[in-house]
Amino acid sequence: MRNIWIIAKREFKQYFISPIAYAVMFLFLLVLGLIFYANFYAASLQQFVPSMQMVFAPMVTIFLFTTPAITMRLLADEQKTGTLEILMTKPIRDWELVVGKWLGAMFFYTVTLLITGVFPLILNTVVTPGIEVGGLITGYLGILLLLAAFVAIGVAASSLFSNQIAVFFTTLGILLVLWIIDFPGQAFGGTVGQIFQYLGLTNHFFNSFNQGVLELKDIIYFVSLTVLSLFLGSVSIESRRWR
Amino acid sequence: MIRVERLSKDYGLRRVVHELTFSAKKGEILGFLGPNGAGKTTTMRILTGYMPPTSGKVEIGGFDVVENSLEVRKLVGYMPESVPLYNDMTVMDYLTYMGEFHRIPDLDDRVDEVLEKVHLDDRAGGYVGNLSKGMRQRLGLAQAILHRPEVLILDEPTIGLDPAQVIEVRHLIREIGKEHTVMLSTHILTEVQQVCNRVIIINKGQIVAEDTPTGLQSRLSGAERVTVKIRGEVADLLPILSPMPGILSTALLNESEVEISMSPGQDIRPEIARQIVTNGFDLLQMQATNLSLEEIFMQLTQDEPAHPSLDGNVEA
Repeated sequence: MRNIWIIAKREFKQYFISPIAYAVMFLFLLVLGLIFYANFYAASLQQFVPSMQMVFAPMVTIFLFTTPAITMRLLADEQKTGTLEILMTKPIRDWELVVGKWLGAMFFYTVTLLITGVFPLILNTVVTPGIEVGGLITGYLGILLLLAAFVAIGVAASSLFSNQIAVFFTTLGILLVLWIIDFPGQAFGGTVGQIFQYLGLTNHFFNSFNQGVLELKDIIYFVSLTVLSLFLGSVSIESRRWR
Repeated sequence: MIRVERLSKDYGLRRVVHELTFSAKKGEILGFLGPNGAGKTTTMRILTGYMPPTSGKVEIGGFDVVENSLEVRKLVGYMPESVPLYNDMTVMDYLTYMGEFHRIPDLDDRVDEVLEKVHLDDRAGGYVGNLSKGMRQRLGLAQAILHRPEVLILDEPTIGLDPAQVIEVRHLIREIGKEHTVMLSTHILTEVQQVCNRVIIINKGQIVAEDTPTGLQSRLSGAERVTVKIRGEVADLLPILSPMPGILSTALLNESEVEISMSPGQDIRPEIARQIVTNGFDLLQMQATNLSLEEIFMQLTQDEPAHPSLDGNVEA
């Protein structure tokens, strides 16, 4: 466990050295702020009560594009520069390396999420009698679980190639498929349709956490997606030893 | 400390290491010599636990590299040939990061100590990316020795260093080699002569020779050899020299020079000189010739060696 912590700590620090992370964080907060402002303005014009849903939904959309940028470096760079060879001869298990990388990126995203805390604070001052805390916590929990899965997919993709651009598009591709897969699911119907619909993100976030609904099946979905991706990432790293 | 038995490694259908067997004791510096693509790096990577062998057994400090890979990796310090480093970390942070994996109790002090040892203490706060090639090489070495490993494996440790740094690094390796086992690969033959207690020459994944550097030289030279230069036609001298007891063979080098191979252990140079002079020739020069390690290396790694060398007879 200590090795995971050592790796995660370094990765987290590295984010604040690299310009990409700052760029991603800036872009994320800028776009989210603009959308928040627009929704806020719309709410005042159309006289509906603004809620955190108007923050969570665009957040997920932006994460879809920022996650590949945040995770592409993690293992690809180690492969490209050859530093993976030194890491793989240190007394570290392959899965510890993969989980450490994942945790480092999750720390970075947690900091980003903490900054988004200003939105509910602003909302709370304008909405009477204040925003619903239960819904807020559920929403953030959902976002965190969704990010865990997104980042794990990114880490797994990063273990496949040494080229960061290839990793970026692989991650983006997988995330987009998960994003839209329930549309063909609805069209197909039957068992295949059901499977597609189960795999889709929409049912597990927008129709549950985003609405303030906490269900075990949705937690299981994101946790299993995370564990599966990290497992595949570890297998991919281990397979390098056998090549 | 290192025990390798019938180690083989295949990449797909290509066999790059073929049934290697060797061992190294504590306090021994083992030189691993061979041309590019001989299987040196692959063998070293297997020894570090980076990749498993296809067949055979490798033990480091009594631990099997496949079954107890993590234990092996605790004992081994490794510097890969390309010296991969994190350019965006400072020298100090990099070593601390590497040291943390080994749970070094006095890590901060140890990092300072090692930086001093490789003369990078004045660059501790600088970024790795700004280091020169020689400095990177020394940082790679610092990373490898940081946790006081029982076995140090260095792939081409002095490549890219300037002559003064080469001497320093060799000195450092000899120091470490007093207490630990060091295995280093190189294609610089003088390095083997200066640093190693023992040398293994491999070619195409197979061991072609194993001995001490001096032992290997004398074994391959086999016979003592002298070059004789006289005034006049040396061909006239051959009928006199050839029947002499103790002379194995003679070979004309040019009109006035001949190379004579003598039986090992018999120095009959005074006798040869006397014969030349008493038969009326003017002896201009007599010089002992030894095979340099370069020549040995060339002989052993050529596809069809000019001299079938290991049986102790070298024909010139």
